[in-house]
Amino acid sequence: MGYLNGFKVTFLKLFEERVTTEYPKEKRPKPARFHGRHVLNRYEDGMEKCIGCELCAGVCPAKCIYVRGADNPETAPVSPGERYGYVYEINYLRCIHCDLCVEACPTEAITESKLFEFSFTNRTDAIYTKAELVVDDEGLPQRQPWELWHDGDDLATSGWMRATASSGNPDYQNQISWSGELGYGVRDPEIGQHLSDVRDEADVSEEQYPSGDSRDQH
Amino acid sequence: MTGDPLYLDGVDLVDVGIMAVKVIVAFTFLLVATMFMVWFERKLISDMQNRIGPNVAGPWGLLQTFADGVKFFFKEDLRPENADPLVFRLAPYISAVTAFLSFAVVPIGGSFSGGSSGTVTIFGRETYLQVADPPIGILFLLAMSSIAVYGVMLAGWASGSKYPLIGSVRASAQAISYEAALGMATVVVVVLAGTLSTHGIVAAQSGGFTRWFLVSSGIVPFIVFLIAATAELNRPPFDLVEAEQELVGGFHTEYSSIRFALFFLAEFMNVITMSAIMVTLFFGGPAGPIFFGMTWFWPTIWFLLKVLAFLFVFVWFRATLPRLRYDQLMHLGWKLLIPLILFWLMFISLKELRAAYDWNWVVTYGAAVVALAIGASLLVAALRAGDRAYQEELEEV
Repeated sequence: MGYLNGFKVTFLKLFEERVTTEYPKEKRPKPARFHGRHVLNRYEDGMEKCIGCELCAGVCPAKCIYVRGADNPETAPVSPGERYGYVYEINYLRCIHCDLCVEACPTEAITESKLFEFSFTNRTDAIYTKAELVVDDEGLPQRQPWELWHDGDDLATSGWMRATASSGNPDYQNQISWSGELGYGVRDPEIGQHLSDVRDEADVSEEQYPSGDSRDQH
Repeated sequence: MTGDPLYLDGVDLVDVGIMAVKVIVAFTFLLVATMFMVWFERKLISDMQNRIGPNVAGPWGLLQTFADGVKFFFKEDLRPENADPLVFRLAPYISAVTAFLSFAVVPIGGSFSGGSSGTVTIFGRETYLQVADPPIGILFLLAMSSIAVYGVMLAGWASGSKYPLIGSVRASAQAISYEAALGMATVVVVVLAGTLSTHGIVAAQSGGFTRWFLVSSGIVPFIVFLIAATAELNRPPFDLVEAEQELVGGFHTEYSSIRFALFFLAEFMNVITMSAIMVTLFFGGPAGPIFFGMTWFWPTIWFLLKVLAFLFVFVWFRATLPRLRYDQLMHLGWKLLIPLILFWLMFISLKELRAAYDWNWVVTYGAAVVALAIGASLLVAALRAGDRAYQEELEEV
């Protein structure tokens, strides 16, 4: 009676554990590299990390970032360098949270928090400016009243130091070349930087996976 | 078999009052039951899929259907430009009204055991616990389920849109095909009971489990009826009418607001009614053991429990079986169920005739076997010829 086996399967399901997460009431932990709403980070002395280079705006595939840089006022500099982000706007109606801006940023100024539960009642509100994006004096994201923050979400903004050092040299991976305390931790090194690491990870010998391919250039 | 004893001694105001109460109670019961049926189905199917199901509106989500209904009332009522205005508005009511009407002839209580005739006494009047007991009884049910097809058909036709039209054509073809099997399975019961009246059919099954037509008709008519009823209700695995992967929403694609809710209501109401009919025809209606003397109470409880069991089965079908292809549906209906129930009907009729006229059973059953063998071989030959023609057609393509 092969036809009736299915009935047994569905009937036994009645006594199994439910897999539903009752979303608004309970939430599953978000992945470590979750792409949420952006934050603009600052150094521990309060200086903004953004140097107004517009690389994020250039790389953005959705064209949702608008940056205008300006020279730092000599008396009251906003960022350590020559220039700073004078205007910084992200339109969240266009942002696809691809994280390319974070990858492009040479100073780790822009990272993504884990916040995704925010909504707007008009288009103007969807455009976040520096007033909303820059972290507060504690280095934590500002909680806007229309955003639904949960405990721990702001502690885990994806302010990771990149596995590859900003110089691009894997020998310096994991070594923070400038202040990292406003980011929230150091990402574990990814395999694929040094070939020896890859071999160890995959447990293969050098003959099986010889050097000399493009992955091993450093 | 003289019908409801309420009308035996003329009709006065009290009789009319009792009648009105019965109508209102049945109507309310059906509405509330439909509401909980929707909840029950959603809850049970999610249990069978490791989900939780509705659990926010009211305790255990019981008021979910109510919330949905209120929402439907306040939705905009859209009518497509190409729709036929009158028929488009009429169709949902045909569906809903027929769904209501068919429940009227189902006996929902009354003790039939120990020689009592299934009457209860209200305000000093004896009456049946069913809204009406017309002499045509079960024919009325078949008529209503046929007219319900008009609701679907007209809805699809009047929508002025292709998917509803295809959905409704499928619906009517399917309903007509399976109504034959459904009708003949009913006729088996009618032959055994010797009456068309639903009250009479229940009375004929009184006196214990073995008297139920489930047993005394052999289990085949019940199985055929169950399958045909599932198809007639357009429920999975026979829900080609609203195969959303192919037809968007089927015949009610263009409907919104309360008109859509009426179709939805009718659909679930029909599930309850069809379960009640199966209980009436094959499971002795309200029959069951009666404890501590409350003779009016227990039969209704047994009836409701049996109906609930069938509702469970229908949801179980939906959770388990994948949808049939259209040609498989027609194959099952015409080539399997109809011949099977036809043979069974002739066999049961012959058995009854032999008992009635005291024919020699060797001659009777010998002739029956020969006739069945001839019929079966002709049918098999016809099916083979059909398959051959179909294969040749395929090869030509």
